[in-house]
Amino acid sequence: MLAQQDSMAFRKCVQVLLRSSLAPLCHPGSTRAHPRFLHTVPRLCSQSQPNGSSGSKVLVHFVNQSGVKSSVFVTEGETLLDVVIKKNLDISGFGACEGTLACSTCHLIFEESVYDKLEPMVDEEVDMLDLAYGLTKTSRLGCQVTVERWMDGMTVHVPQEIKDQRGKQEAMRSK
Amino acid sequence: EWSLCVCVCVCGPGVRGLSSSSGPRVCIVGGGPAGFYTAQQLLKNTAVDIYERLPVPFGLVRFGVAPDHPEVKNVINTFTQTGQHERCSFHGNVNVGKDVTIDELRQAYHAVVLSYGAEGNRSMGIPGEGLPGVFSAKDFVGWYNGLPSNKELHPDLSFETAVILGQGNVALDVARILLAPVEMLKETDITQNALEALAGSKVRRVLIVGRRGPLQIACTIKELREMVNLPNTRADMLPADFEGIAEALKDLPRPRKRLTELMMKAVKEGGDDKAEKCWGFRFFRSPVEVLAGADGKRATGIRLALNKLEGSGESARAEVTGQLEDVDCGLIISSIGYKSIPIDPAVPFDPRRAIVPNEMGRVQDTAGLYCSGWVKRGPTGVIATTMNDSFDTARVLIQDMEAGKLDLSVNKPGAQAITALLQTRGVRAVLFSQWEKINAAEEKRGKSLGKAREKLLDVDEMLKIAWS
Repeated sequence: MLAQQDSMAFRKCVQVLLRSSLAPLCHPGSTRAHPRFLHTVPRLCSQSQPNGSSGSKVLVHFVNQSGVKSSVFVTEGETLLDVVIKKNLDISGFGACEGTLACSTCHLIFEESVYDKLEPMVDEEVDMLDLAYGLTKTSRLGCQVTVERWMDGMTVHVPQEIKDQRGKQEAMRSK
Repeated sequence: EWSLCVCVCVCGPGVRGLSSSSGPRVCIVGGGPAGFYTAQQLLKNTAVDIYERLPVPFGLVRFGVAPDHPEVKNVINTFTQTGQHERCSFHGNVNVGKDVTIDELRQAYHAVVLSYGAEGNRSMGIPGEGLPGVFSAKDFVGWYNGLPSNKELHPDLSFETAVILGQGNVALDVARILLAPVEMLKETDITQNALEALAGSKVRRVLIVGRRGPLQIACTIKELREMVNLPNTRADMLPADFEGIAEALKDLPRPRKRLTELMMKAVKEGGDDKAEKCWGFRFFRSPVEVLAGADGKRATGIRLALNKLEGSGESARAEVTGQLEDVDCGLIISSIGYKSIPIDPAVPFDPRRAIVPNEMGRVQDTAGLYCSGWVKRGPTGVIATTMNDSFDTARVLIQDMEAGKLDLSVNKPGAQAITALLQTRGVRAVLFSQWEKINAAEEKRGKSLGKAREKLLDVDEMLKIAWS
């Protein structure tokens, strides 16, 4: 018999999966999902959900400029900028423009396998990223990356120094 | 005189800071991004007071960032949190160097950080620069952004062609504001008088002139993209300026490559032929003289010297060829850089580089004095650059505190002493909560005009509201 919380989590996952055509087979009152779907439920449903907040909880590891790692459970649908702010992670000066693509201070470096699966960048993000210090082939702006279930367990790195290249370019030119 | 001030404080409201262990006290000169970011980091370890000349905080975030870039001003939210911090005390309307000296601040605080930025501008140094019709970008930007000292600028916008010298982001901001449809500006925090002047403007053509070539241009892609996408405007470039550029593209790093590709696209496509307005870069040109009309009373044109490029890349140099070119224009805006000035003879100043000489933010030969932002590194870079620089200075200061380089065993009276001193000189500060009254008044005035805010242009008006 599943514990109350786990069964709620399980029900939620199944509901999401069955939303479109199979909804009648799984409704809120039921505590037993159709066994046919058990093996198609992604493993994240076995994660415990703290006090019934909506959206699945995804585990993300942040490594800051000093190499300090923080592991947090984040809500699907939040951006990584939201996460840093909400969880009060110790990353100085992160997200200066508050997610409006007007700076590059939320620059994060992803694992290649994760980076390849992210939604493609719009021009405006590339424009800002081009000015980011320590740009890598797997760099993105945290404000443009929305947490999704499949990211569970990923690690993101804050570049060694968060700087905006515009200052550097101009400083070099003024010499 | 010093002990007299301290005694007066005891009778004043609150004895904060006068107990035997008041903790470290630091003050910052300048309430712009450098000041606030430095304060933010310092607040983790010490009480911080910020002295600002104007009654209103935020410096270039308020007076420099273009009105149509409100998202860049989001940093004001984090600055506001800092200003409201219980250990942070903002003192506006205090002119350091005039109302109070740096030495007096150093006596009242364990450390002083200079973050007063660059209020001057580099001059072109050419004949005719002082003629009516010629403005520094600093003043022009200050005018449309409501800087009190620029409110009487009254630029004459009745000429068809404007020439901007310099090709950095400030130059592009000015070009964009000159050519943007009024609809794009009318809900922003641009001042009403600037909005009305721009609505009646006859300027239809803006040339943005640089000494060197397309591969040396200082602006960045976001700003270039905004020019390219301006409604009712087409790009008017000289294909000759772009010789050899296409071939050089493949070897460029991505940021420079994308910027150059966008420029090439603008050259090729030009834009809507029916557009009423146009803008363009002009490369390899340096200003040598502002030309006056027959009566010699105002600028009617500019004489440019044609250059050739020696070397390549960032370090390419412009060399004279001897050829000249005259451009008819009635508005000339020089956007070749801001410049810091010395505010107190007690502070070392490097007039060649126009910065306070320092080592990692520690002012040369002056213990307990630090600097951050443009006055430390020179007037380039965006807010994030200043942010990181300010964090660096704050870290160095804290390190010095922890290493015993600043004598924290001595009690320092901080703001209580300075406030009393200012009082004897007839100067009263504007506190952060009082700035918030000015802020509310501006937002209210803006609302009735359908704008984000309507800035107060007059310092006396600001003070009246602050102290009401």
